[in-house]
Amino acid sequence: MSATAVHNLWTTAADPIAKIPAPKIEYGQLAPVLIVAGAALVGVLVEAFVPRRSRYYTQVFVSVVALCAAFASVVALAADGYGTTKAHIAAMGAVAVDGPALFLQGTILLAALVGLFTFAERRLDPEAHGSRVDSFAAQAASVPGSDSEKAAVKAGFTTTEVFPLLLFAVAGMLVFPAADDLLTLFIALEVLSLPLYLLCALARRKRLMSQEAAVKYFLLGAFASAFTLFGIALLYGYAGSMSYARIAQVVDGTATGLDPALADTTGNDALLLIGMALIVMGLLFKVGAVPFHMWTPDVYQGAPTPVTGFMAAATKVAAFGALLRLLYVVLPGLRWDWRPVMWGVAIVTMLGGAIVAITQTDIKRLLAYSSVAHAGFILAGVIATNRDGVSSVLFYLAGYSFVTIGAFAVVTLVRDAGGEATHLSKWAGLGRRSPLVAAVFAVFLLAFAGIPLTSGFSGKFAVFSAAANGGAAPLVVIGVISSAIAAFFYIRVIVLMFFSEPRPDGPTVAVPSPLTMTAIAVGVAVTVVLGVAPQYFLDLANQASVFVR
Amino acid sequence: MENLIALLVAAPLLGAAVLLVGGRRLDRAGHWLGTLLAAASFVIGLVLFASLLGKDAEHRTLVQHLWTWVPVESFRADVAFRLDQLSVTFVLLITGVGTLIHLYSVGYMAHDERRRRFFGYLNLFLAAMLILVLADNYLLLYVGWEGVGLASYLLIGFWQHKPSAATAAKKAFLVNRVGDIGLSIAIMLMFTTFGTFAFGPVLTSAGDASEGRLTAIALMLLLAACGKSAQVPLQSWLGDAMEGPTPVSALIHAATMVTAGVYLIVRSAAIFNGAPDAQVAVTVVGAVTLLFGAIVGCAKDDIKKALAGSTMSQIGYMVLAAGLGPIGYVFAIMHLVTHGFFKAGLFLGAGSVMHGMNDEVDMRKFGGLRKYMPVTFVTFGLGYLAIIGFPFLSGFYSKDAIIEAAFAKGGTQGWILGSVTLLGAAITAFYMTRVMLMTFFGERRWQPDADGHDPHPHESPTTMTIPMIVLAIGSVGAGFFFHLGDRFVHWLEPVTGHSEGDSPVGVSVITAATLVCLVVGVGIAWAMYGRRAVPAVAPRGSLLTRAARRDLLQDDFNHVVLVRGGEHLTRSLVYVDHTLVDGVVNGTAAGFGGMSGRLRRVQNGFVRSYAVSMFGGAALLVAATLLMRAV
Repeated sequence: MSATAVHNLWTTAADPIAKIPAPKIEYGQLAPVLIVAGAALVGVLVEAFVPRRSRYYTQVFVSVVALCAAFASVVALAADGYGTTKAHIAAMGAVAVDGPALFLQGTILLAALVGLFTFAERRLDPEAHGSRVDSFAAQAASVPGSDSEKAAVKAGFTTTEVFPLLLFAVAGMLVFPAADDLLTLFIALEVLSLPLYLLCALARRKRLMSQEAAVKYFLLGAFASAFTLFGIALLYGYAGSMSYARIAQVVDGTATGLDPALADTTGNDALLLIGMALIVMGLLFKVGAVPFHMWTPDVYQGAPTPVTGFMAAATKVAAFGALLRLLYVVLPGLRWDWRPVMWGVAIVTMLGGAIVAITQTDIKRLLAYSSVAHAGFILAGVIATNRDGVSSVLFYLAGYSFVTIGAFAVVTLVRDAGGEATHLSKWAGLGRRSPLVAAVFAVFLLAFAGIPLTSGFSGKFAVFSAAANGGAAPLVVIGVISSAIAAFFYIRVIVLMFFSEPRPDGPTVAVPSPLTMTAIAVGVAVTVVLGVAPQYFLDLANQASVFVR
Repeated sequence: MENLIALLVAAPLLGAAVLLVGGRRLDRAGHWLGTLLAAASFVIGLVLFASLLGKDAEHRTLVQHLWTWVPVESFRADVAFRLDQLSVTFVLLITGVGTLIHLYSVGYMAHDERRRRFFGYLNLFLAAMLILVLADNYLLLYVGWEGVGLASYLLIGFWQHKPSAATAAKKAFLVNRVGDIGLSIAIMLMFTTFGTFAFGPVLTSAGDASEGRLTAIALMLLLAACGKSAQVPLQSWLGDAMEGPTPVSALIHAATMVTAGVYLIVRSAAIFNGAPDAQVAVTVVGAVTLLFGAIVGCAKDDIKKALAGSTMSQIGYMVLAAGLGPIGYVFAIMHLVTHGFFKAGLFLGAGSVMHGMNDEVDMRKFGGLRKYMPVTFVTFGLGYLAIIGFPFLSGFYSKDAIIEAAFAKGGTQGWILGSVTLLGAAITAFYMTRVMLMTFFGERRWQPDADGHDPHPHESPTTMTIPMIVLAIGSVGAGFFFHLGDRFVHWLEPVTGHSEGDSPVGVSVITAATLVCLVVGVGIAWAMYGRRAVPAVAPRGSLLTRAARRDLLQDDFNHVVLVRGGEHLTRSLVYVDHTLVDGVVNGTAAGFGGMSGRLRRVQNGFVRSYAVSMFGGAALLVAATLLMRAV
């Protein structure tokens, strides 16, 4: 056969087979994620090749640079109009680049940067054998109380792996609210969760408690992921596609060209409803809504406090972002089905978090339940199902994340011989001994309680007014009642700090390095600015509140 | 140009923040920083004043909108400043006199180890007062109003180690709160009536509201003004406020605080013009306070308290003038400015005397000080001549204008008010001459103190005398300057409006009567304190004298009527509160507490039960979703 004939044979044989198109990736638009993930990989290499004594500085440097660069690229994308006019779906339909995604990514990156400062703090613990130590275990693999642990402490080891772990988690969080198909959503969920499980286990003090918290978090997290995955499978069965846009079309009944192979299941509403409920359940687990909140107090208490602060802030931002996108892009056609259910969840979350917090005696557990109550308040904004709902949730998350990191950073300062003194009775009279620290903490507590002139008030006001306009007035009433209940335990801590006699064996307040000071100062600044002059940021959130479909 | 307005407030506010947060590092230079920032604010004020002068009379209003704090439906809380003829007058007075007082305090507080903090509070006072007079709406004005209350509390109680100072601060704060309630109610009424707080819309549409509404708002504004300006019945805090360091008294009495009430009334002219009944109330308050303060001032042996009585009385003049409507607004402000000069000068002079006399305040222990403190004597003397209305000095023009305006009100009212102001002028001449004679003339009466230290009266340092000299120049010349060609009237007219009224008697007759009153007052004082030696121990005195020494029984009245009455009311309210309200509240709290304790038990620490709860939750979620579809 001639060469031409052979060629013809090849092409005729190949023709009926659909060509696999080379994936088209818009690297520029995915830069924030790529930078952070790349830096995380660099961090792993640093662990392998850089001598132990310079690892800490190298890791902190790499992480700070990566987070700043990623934030700069988010700002550049937003300035370029990707948040508004040029919003579209990148990476073959996997990742959305739009207003909510960029706003939340910016928030996550800034929160992570501030969180990173608390990770890098090395002045709070007394020096161990002549070397400065941070809040993390000397050697994670050594058994608590064993000889190898003692040897590791003596050698002055520190677990600098926390920095790449943080960056991996941040990479996952960046993708989570931007994910535009179910598979990307799931992968982002795992990428953000796994490093967090590990980080939770790394406390330098009370290691057993820390490891217990990590195991609990891991088991329950895996359990929740299984539900999510099952829900994804059901939803795929219903729509024959993983893509958000495609599922939305099937829900609306406007889809064309459905796969005949899936004709049996396509459009089966039972699959849709059950699948939706299970995916939503996975996200509710991440935000810590009742009844999927049981992990929060135990994990928040056991995890190293810097990790708790970072996790409480950034995870909540990412997870609410994903929840918003799912409910507003994929399932708007179903809102008459999911709204009543979410009503119920929001009500029990707000009331449950506030009520159980009343009897807490540990400051970290108290803040954990407070975060549950706040998840409920944010859910009220999610339920609004209007544009104000989106912008108010974005604004709330931005304000809330800095208050949270700041508050946990203050918790790291109050210490006694056993490390952080988290039992509330030890905080009695703190205002007499360290008026500045107590005053700063009081500002954060007032922000949590939603007192005017703090970000908490502006945020709560925004979500509640969005919910009221969205026809959820009863929810607002319950929200205000739970705020009143919650105010009780926040104010109680303030009263305890300023109006009780200090205990003779009370804790001392450690003087932190500029790192933690920066974290706290940023927290106070954001709290006050968003409280006093919120308009600019409300406008920004409002501009960023349209999802690309 | 309008972008500069915020800097006026920002400079002292920055000073307060830096000085109060900065800590001990700033101890050495902090007082100069505070003075410099106050001066900077004054310079900005001058620049803005010059730019206003360059415009037409109709276009002399600059507005700077900074930001809007939480707009909700029609509720707009703007942070916006308005600079017009009225507010720039106040700005120059506040920052100008304020800067001089700062400078004076550098010397006066030199030996106080908390001097930095003192300057921080002074700066805060200026900033709050500037917010008050620059605000473009009543809500922001309220912010400044409360800020002034706070700063005065901090400064009056600055020497908090003295229980009397702490009590005086508390008293000032509490009495002011009563007035503040009036302002907040007035603002709420305004919002329900006009739907806004902004000066522009409220004042232009004031004519459309019913007279009843306007009267209610105006009376509440009057209550507020009474609190800040120490008018009867809320006057009791002013005398005790002398417990603060003397520069504070000067600041409160001349440049800030007590002028706020007058400002409020004049700024709200449109509201008062529509509420004649409220105007009558304003004139009555002014007239009563005018006499009240003057009588108290006659009986006090404490030099600062005598001056405090005088302030009360002079502010009474201003309030009375403001109550006269368009006839008097301009003169109220003119007297306020001239009073700012001479009263600040008098207080600084009194402080200078105290400085040289080991902080002695009893005038019966002074005497003959003119030889020892020549500069103080001359500046104080010029202030004295100005306040009694000596011809061609500041007080002569401004007080005379008020007396004329009072007669010009017309009718019986005009006669009554006119006579009261004339009587007040005579008493003013009497008590001020008394202060002058007891302090600077006659024999020396000071004695060695308990430790045997003989006081060595001496002149004060330059940082203290320079402000006194500058203020004395103002006391002498300001009135004539304002009077020349009716400058001040033309300047303020576009904001406040002005009408001549019709006086039943000629201007020259009134001036003559005023001068006769002046001579009579001075003459009686000379007969009592100049010709005869002043006894070192106060004589028992008549019933009126004894009552006046006790501030005309103001505290006794307050105690019997308000405190006792209040106690009874409180006791019965407490009973209701304990049994009824607390019953409900505690019951609810106990309910939630119990629920919390029970719910808490669910959190048992076992992962397996957490997982079960999650599973149950998921099942519920699915069931509920399906159920929603089914129904």
